[in-house]
Amino acid sequence: MTTVALKGLLGRKLRAILTAVAIVLGVAMISGTYVLTDTIKAAFSTVFTTVYAKTDAVITGKSALGNTPNTNNGLPPSFPESLLAKVQRLPGVAAATGGISDLAHLVGRDGKVISGHGAPALAFSVHPRGDQRFNPLTLVSGTWPVGGRQVAIDAHTASKEGYKVGETIGVIARGPVTRYTIAGIVKIGGVSSLGGATMAIFDFSTAQRIFHKEGLLDGIDIAAKPGVKPAQLVREITPILPPTAQVRTAQAQAAQATKDTNGFLSIINDFLLAFAGVALFVGTFVIANTLSITIAQRTRELATLRTLGATRRQVLLSVLLEALVIGVLAAIAGLFLGLGLAKGLNALFVHFGIDLPQAGTVFATRTIVVALAVGIVVTLLAALRPAIRATRVAPISAVREGAILPTSRFARFSVAAALLTIGAALALMLIGLFVGGISTTDRLLALGIGAAAVFVGVAMLAKTLVPPLARWLGWPAARFAGASGSLARSNAARNPQRTASTASALMIGLALVTLVAVLASGLKTTFENAVNSVFKGDYALTATDNFSPIAVSSANALKKLPGVTVVSGVRAGEGKAFGSRIGVTGVSGDIAKVITVEWQDGSQATPGELGRNGSFVSKDYAKKHHLSVGSPIAVETPAGATMSLVVKGVFAPPKGGSPYGDVTISTARFDSAYQNPQNVYAFVDIAGGVTPANTAKLNAALKAFPDAKIATASEFKKNQEQGIDTLLNLLYVLLSLSIVISLFGIVNTLVLTVFERTRELGMLRAVGMTRRQVRSMIRHESILTALIGAALGIPVGIVLALMVGKAIKYPAFSIPVGTLVVFIVAAIIAGIVAAIFPARRAGRLNVLEALQYE
Amino acid sequence: MSTIEEQAQPHGPAARDAVIAAHDLTRRYGEGETAVDALRGVSLSVGKGELVAVMGPSGSGKSTLMHILAGLDTPTSGTVEIAATEITTLSDGELTRLRREHIGFVFQFFNLLPMLTAEENVVLPLSIAGEKPDTAWLDELLDRTGIARRRSHRPSELSGGEQQRVAIARALVTKPTILFADEPTGNLDSKTGGEILDLIRSSVDTYGQTIVMVTHEARAAVIADRIFFIADGLIVKELAGASTEDVLTEMSTLSS
Ligand SMILES: Nc1ncnc2c1ncn2[C@@H]1O[C@H](COP(=O)(O)OP(=O)(O)OP(=O)(O)O)[C@@H](O)[C@H]1O
Ligand SMILES: [Mg+2]
Repeated sequence: MTTVALKGLLGRKLRAILTAVAIVLGVAMISGTYVLTDTIKAAFSTVFTTVYAKTDAVITGKSALGNTPNTNNGLPPSFPESLLAKVQRLPGVAAATGGISDLAHLVGRDGKVISGHGAPALAFSVHPRGDQRFNPLTLVSGTWPVGGRQVAIDAHTASKEGYKVGETIGVIARGPVTRYTIAGIVKIGGVSSLGGATMAIFDFSTAQRIFHKEGLLDGIDIAAKPGVKPAQLVREITPILPPTAQVRTAQAQAAQATKDTNGFLSIINDFLLAFAGVALFVGTFVIANTLSITIAQRTRELATLRTLGATRRQVLLSVLLEALVIGVLAAIAGLFLGLGLAKGLNALFVHFGIDLPQAGTVFATRTIVVALAVGIVVTLLAALRPAIRATRVAPISAVREGAILPTSRFARFSVAAALLTIGAALALMLIGLFVGGISTTDRLLALGIGAAAVFVGVAMLAKTLVPPLARWLGWPAARFAGASGSLARSNAARNPQRTASTASALMIGLALVTLVAVLASGLKTTFENAVNSVFKGDYALTATDNFSPIAVSSANALKKLPGVTVVSGVRAGEGKAFGSRIGVTGVSGDIAKVITVEWQDGSQATPGELGRNGSFVSKDYAKKHHLSVGSPIAVETPAGATMSLVVKGVFAPPKGGSPYGDVTISTARFDSAYQNPQNVYAFVDIAGGVTPANTAKLNAALKAFPDAKIATASEFKKNQEQGIDTLLNLLYVLLSLSIVISLFGIVNTLVLTVFERTRELGMLRAVGMTRRQVRSMIRHESILTALIGAALGIPVGIVLALMVGKAIKYPAFSIPVGTLVVFIVAAIIAGIVAAIFPARRAGRLNVLEALQYE
Repeated sequence: MSTIEEQAQPHGPAARDAVIAAHDLTRRYGEGETAVDALRGVSLSVGKGELVAVMGPSGSGKSTLMHILAGLDTPTSGTVEIAATEITTLSDGELTRLRREHIGFVFQFFNLLPMLTAEENVVLPLSIAGEKPDTAWLDELLDRTGIARRRSHRPSELSGGEQQRVAIARALVTKPTILFADEPTGNLDSKTGGEILDLIRSSVDTYGQTIVMVTHEARAAVIADRIFFIADGLIVKELAGASTEDVLTEMSTLSS
């Protein structure tokens, strides 16, 4: 019996391979994900270990708000330089060096900021003539920068942009771009770049000066005297620390840094695995369908085995064995394909602006175990139903002509069962979406299982929907493609179960793509509405990358221009109030001229009347903490100070996003409470409004600030939506994998169908059908199947989007008709592509052989 | 009418050591007005080592009878005993065991598995039952059925006659109590068909194999020890040691 199963598999190689494709791709996604994230983790961990190799303890700035600071520019506050001398005097300390770390953009030859692909633009200080043992950097060429006119840059940027020692390069620290001579080119922790981050390195006193950190430090690296353990050193240092500094052993510091990056990588990992899951879920449909068709075609063979004494169990096991072999081989193939896919995924992330460092490829045992196990288990699960059906083949089918597989005993209840499944699935999703007091994991689990069950339910229902859908959707083919069209239409409806299963695989991918498109469309619409209602100025001033905070000096540069009447910026930072972190913004009175919001309490004049202790809060925040005009609020800043504020107004932000944070104070107060204040954006009014001349004038004034740019209201909207579009495209690319798998499902079904209808095709050719017509017939059947998939998937996607939208109190629901039309066209093209191979096979059939075929 | 009923009763020496005994078999296909009574009360018995042929016009119920005798189909009423076991009430598992021990099949369309060689096809019933073939017996069988030199060929490389020889060897390999054959020569030319009939006869003579063969060819029927004639779902006549003329005469009366 084992031989029968294995030899049968060998005899159906093409089918086996087509079945395996689904698993290969899904498993490759899993293994690729693990390889990618493991490799990046290893790279980071090596870097951090190297960086702290000769250091025993590290003092860093500490945000009073908590350990992982997420302040407006991602930097913890600095601490007084005087700490260094105190540390050096401690008995256990052999040596200690202070340093500055900040952010500074490098500016390329084209006058534009050199993009780190979303990675930060780092800046460090070095002591060129001092003790280099703590220096995490190594010189690749040149020397350490000395004095106020020299800089060193990272090797990655140098080679990418073609900079050599001795050339000059622009750097933006605080204020306008300044040119420095490149004294050296460096690596960090042995790698040329940290995930695409650019680096600018200055000598210590230059760094203090240009970052306005005179008398301040961001970090102290310490080496212990021989025999002093790092932990002991930490105990010695702790009592003398100011409140805005913390000390850790170098090991703990490296571990913390690794943990921070790993946290981020885990998110990427889970994100990618979710798509692998979707791909495998679609894969189960494809496998189950292919096996079902194969089993139906083998009815006679299976019945013969039964007459020869095979038990039902043996039939079941032989089908499962076949699946097991396919699963094992496909999982192994997928595992190795994943190695290549890891590179592809990395390229994808780089393309979408997420550059991650890489070193030697890490192929962990966990990757092998998980990929193989998942691939094999999924294949076996998918094979279970077809295998059970195979056991229902009666021995008498061996002698009966045209014997067909008996339908399930429950076939009669199929519609009811499908509706019940869909109902239960929706209920589960509703629980996941709306019921309170559930953990996020449980919520996501309920949603995931619910969505999967919705798909299963719709797939069950699809059998009933296929005949009418085939009739309607096949109408144009039947009308305009002659005999091939009408035959294709009836062929699609001939075996509704088969067409339904094939189309269902495609439905899943299309539904998810639709869900994403609808949600994104709603988000954009509300955002645009919000901007329309808020944005009253002529121009907005933002960072070139659209989201980074920008130095106040760029706004000041515009103020001096003739004709400019208002330049008003919104400062942004973090704070802590009522025990949790909040966004704090700072505005001045003239903001009311360029930004309009509705006021529940107060008016457009409120921003101008804040004074030193005044603040205004958003409606939701006021409601949450029972605030009204006159209520006191205490907001703690990252530097550890507490601002005692009084509410002077409550504003109602538009649905699509608020221009202000939870709590807004005056610019003057903000600038005194926050180190290094920056604008998230500023708005400009200019005489004459938006004109090409004005745009040119403003741009010219920003020449010295390549990190900032000017945008009109509509450009501002488009720029801010770029983030959504990028994410949207990334999701499309990742979901396309499951669509590709479902296309293989269509190819599979068609190839098997052509095989099954060999005799019939021979007959059609014999009575005068041309090769072309045969091919066209197969192609139309394929397109029709794809369209049925779209007809099922798009509505399901819209319903899912409605539910999710409701749950997350989505501001608006808008159906992107254009995008959905593109999906339908894509489905048609997909159908054409899927038909190429099967149509060729059908066209190549030899008429005589086809007629003799048994 | 009464003479027919009388003739249909099991009788003679065969009845004593019967390996098949069927009583009052009826089989109705479908329901209501469109119902077809394929069998309308058939009783028969087959003795050990006997070669029995079932003859009759097309649609008379031959195949239906054979399927029921072999446990592939269940009668609407009536009983079938094979090797003293009542089979119409057996479960699927018990039927499978019965097939392994007692029954062999030869089909009109051979039903060989295309991916297995001739020899693998022959030993398939044994491998399914998890048994090892007795090499001496297998060699003799392949020799006798004339496929020894073709043992490693696949069905697609064999002629129709050779394929049927493989099928016969496969049916004999387990030394079944009864071998059922439905139109074993129906898909072969007359020369090849004749060779297959010789092989069937010789397996009865050499090994004492019990065989029930359905056919509508006179030259096939005459190799049988006894012939049951069936018309409209009833056994209408039974002949022993009939000649070709006897059979042809009987057939022409039936179809008239
Ligand atoms: N599965 C079935 N469903 C309905 N009617 C059937 C079925 N199988 C057979 N019949 C009917 O039962 C009657 C007997 O059929 P059966 O196959 O036993 O005839 P037969 O004697 O073997 O004929 P042939 O010589 O053509 O093979 C016929 O009228 C046939 O139409
Ligand atoms: Mg018949």
